[in-house]
Amino acid sequence: MEATFVRRELIAPLPPPLAARGLLGFARQRLFGGVLNTVLTLVSLLLVIIVLPPLLRFLIIDAIWSGTSRTDCLAETLGRPVGACWPFVTAKFRQFMYGFYPEAEQWRVNVTYAIGVILLVPLLIPRVPYKTLNAIAFFGLFPLVAFVLLVGGMLWLPQVETRLWGGMLVTLVITFTGIIGSLPLGVLLALGRASRLPVVRMMCVIFIEFWRGVPLVTVLFFATYMLPLFLPGNWRIDPMARVLIGVVLFAGAYMAEVVRGGLQAVPRGQYEGATALGLGYWRMMGYVIMPQALKHVIPGIVNSFIALFKDTTLVLIVAIFDMLGQLRAAFADPNWATPVTLFTGFAFTGIIYLVISFAMSRYALYTERRLDTGARR
Amino acid sequence: MADNAKPVTDGASRATPEMRTTANEVAVEIMNLNKWFGTFHVLRDVSLKVMRGERIVVCGPSGSGKSTVLRCVNRIEDWQQGRVIVDGVELTLDLKTIDEVRREVGMVFQQFNLFPHLTVLENCTLAPTRVRHMPRRAAEELARHYLARVRIPEQADKYPLQLSGGQQQRVAIARALCMQPKIMLFDEPTSALDPEMVKEVLDTMVGLAMDGMTMLVVSHEMGFARQVASRMVLMDAGQIVEINEPKTFFEHPQHERTKLFLSQILH
Repeated sequence: MEATFVRRELIAPLPPPLAARGLLGFARQRLFGGVLNTVLTLVSLLLVIIVLPPLLRFLIIDAIWSGTSRTDCLAETLGRPVGACWPFVTAKFRQFMYGFYPEAEQWRVNVTYAIGVILLVPLLIPRVPYKTLNAIAFFGLFPLVAFVLLVGGMLWLPQVETRLWGGMLVTLVITFTGIIGSLPLGVLLALGRASRLPVVRMMCVIFIEFWRGVPLVTVLFFATYMLPLFLPGNWRIDPMARVLIGVVLFAGAYMAEVVRGGLQAVPRGQYEGATALGLGYWRMMGYVIMPQALKHVIPGIVNSFIALFKDTTLVLIVAIFDMLGQLRAAFADPNWATPVTLFTGFAFTGIIYLVISFAMSRYALYTERRLDTGARR
Repeated sequence: MADNAKPVTDGASRATPEMRTTANEVAVEIMNLNKWFGTFHVLRDVSLKVMRGERIVVCGPSGSGKSTVLRCVNRIEDWQQGRVIVDGVELTLDLKTIDEVRREVGMVFQQFNLFPHLTVLENCTLAPTRVRHMPRRAAEELARHYLARVRIPEQADKYPLQLSGGQQQRVAIARALCMQPKIMLFDEPTSALDPEMVKEVLDTMVGLAMDGMTMLVVSHEMGFARQVASRMVLMDAGQIVEINEPKTFFEHPQHERTKLFLSQILH
């Protein structure tokens, strides 16, 4: 080879060799590339083989699909192994969904859901226009409409006391309130904690550390049983409202720390760039810093939301029956007492929780990718 | 590039020493500025008067406080002693006054500091629409005008991180210009760029200088300095060592430190 070299022609790009592409290439590189990799692949396969068939057998193949009482789900009467007893779920379905919400008024819950879905779906699809209006309707108007519809006692709607609420309704009300309450609260607390004003910072730190330091169960207990003792005279707050406030404050404190993490990931130059333009504090935070900070912590935020969604089950201890609470109440029904009732019930609620949590997580992932403006190439 | 250095036809814009004494409008006045980072005395009695239309190039070794002085002009950096008066307004502790001054002073950073979550156009229209309450349409028109001026009109709808460093820096210049500032600050605008991209940014700055913009530039681009500077400033150890006309500064530097500095960077 010569010591000097001058290229005469540029090399045109070529497609990668065949072995690196397609299914075969994928399998060879990613599934069986090396001893450890091969072992992992085989172990995973084995796990699937061990877990999947019995699961399908229980949920579908051996499951009972119709019936009216426990006898339809007993192995003795059927003379074969019994899987999930789905008639139990069908029979208790309304209870799982609405709790003891009066049957004649349950349409109000459905209308609330319908309005919620109609407002939420276009909000989630980036291509649909009028986002600002839509957001105001969903986050501002919808809670009011939902409140009037669900609580009643206004217009021509008879009042439905919150102690009658239950099931999915309670789960969704607490989750929704928790989410739309905790995010703005968390943002404000995080800003406060990052503030240069010592009094503001101190107050936010105390607030966050207090609510984070106390278990949710304690918060709920305190809100339900102790708070009335401290309130003057016959000042009475609805038990559901007390729980909602407790949940929002609790979730807000957690959210504050998530958002603070996001704030720390925004480089100082962003603050300087915004400052140099004369944006001022609130506009800088609102248009420049917060959008980036929140984008960084989407996984953490969704994590908090999912945790909140599942933590709603704790309200059972203050005698509010969310979906899981209703399920446990339904177990007590002797008409459906079978060896598989417990598994069926938990499988059903488990699947519902899983589907909703998974949907949240997938949507968040989609948002993350959409907001990724060229940072990764 | 060299022929750019000739006086522009637009005579009023090029401030000559004679003009300075007659026009006599002070753009920035820094008086006896002292600043400490903790116990470290970064700025030591810095005083500098910049006339309207002047282009001051500040150079000096790293850690000499040159960027810090620049950052005091729009009070991104705080100080302990001294006064800074920008366009007749003294920068005090009053946040409102500070923000008003910042709107009149454009700044370009070494690391561009573009907002990565906004498109190029949105970067340029954010401050005009949100701070000056300019209608969106007018702000976009203005932004496109300045993007065309920095010669990247076709990148308006891209995101900053999709552009090259040189392009990003030109967007940053356009963004600052969209606020139609009276004074522009440049904090080592070419130091973070690939060598091949330095020229496109410098050309933009030369164009700006030709139009009579008051500019304070921290830079080691001595070719650029020679071409556009009205005066050169050399800083070392937190103090101003020498202020001089570029011709004298480069050919007959007065201070020993200047001679040393120039011998180090002009090989």
